[in-house]
Amino acid sequence: MQVARVTGTVVATHKDPRLRGLKLLVLTPLTPDGKPVGRSIVGVDSVGAGHGEEVFFVRGREASLPFLPVQVPTDATVVGIVDTRHFEAAEGS
Amino acid sequence: MPLSSVSSTLGTSKLQRGVDVRLGHVIGHVVSTQKNDRLTGAKLLLVQPETADGTAAGQALLAVDAAQAGIGDRVLLVIEGRAAISALGRRGAPVDAAIVGVVDRVDMGSAGATLDR
Repeated sequence: MQVARVTGTVVATHKDPRLRGLKLLVLTPLTPDGKPVGRSIVGVDSVGAGHGEEVFFVRGREASLPFLPVQVPTDATVVGIVDTRHFEAAEGS
Repeated sequence: MPLSSVSSTLGTSKLQRGVDVRLGHVIGHVVSTQKNDRLTGAKLLLVQPETADGTAAGQALLAVDAAQAGIGDRVLLVIEGRAAISALGRRGAPVDAAIVGVVDRVDMGSAGATLDR
């Protein structure tokens, strides 16, 4: 999984019927100390996350697991909202 | 496992064949109350993947803990869905990375060096 911030939402009217009613979020991955890193991606929400919140998401085949038995075509799904994040810099880095 | 030998006394016995196991360093943790039901009670640790000599390799990630690891530990990591789910032991849990062992020592056969942690 990866920690990310929800930096936007996507509205798409014409989409796979299995994506209907699901919220599409723009996710900007964060480093352990909370800085944006890498490319933003679009993920499907499964926990009621909203704009500005810090979340974590799962990638790949497992991204469709929260929606079973419906096989939702997603490769990134938000599976939790971060309350607190604790980070200790590794020795020597 | 690409390394010549990794010894771990504390780990899961459910490690699958053919899964690429990697080394990492636990650098933090995340607390989340609102999450997928199947993640309830799971410990979520921030892990920095690293090479055998301890150099950071790639972006840090969030992994579920299946080996009672803690911050500062050097760990064995699976970054693959099926292996991670199996390590956690919960069918249908949406996870793609899991800590499956705590590393005591890495022996580098060719270099003849022991990297204690």
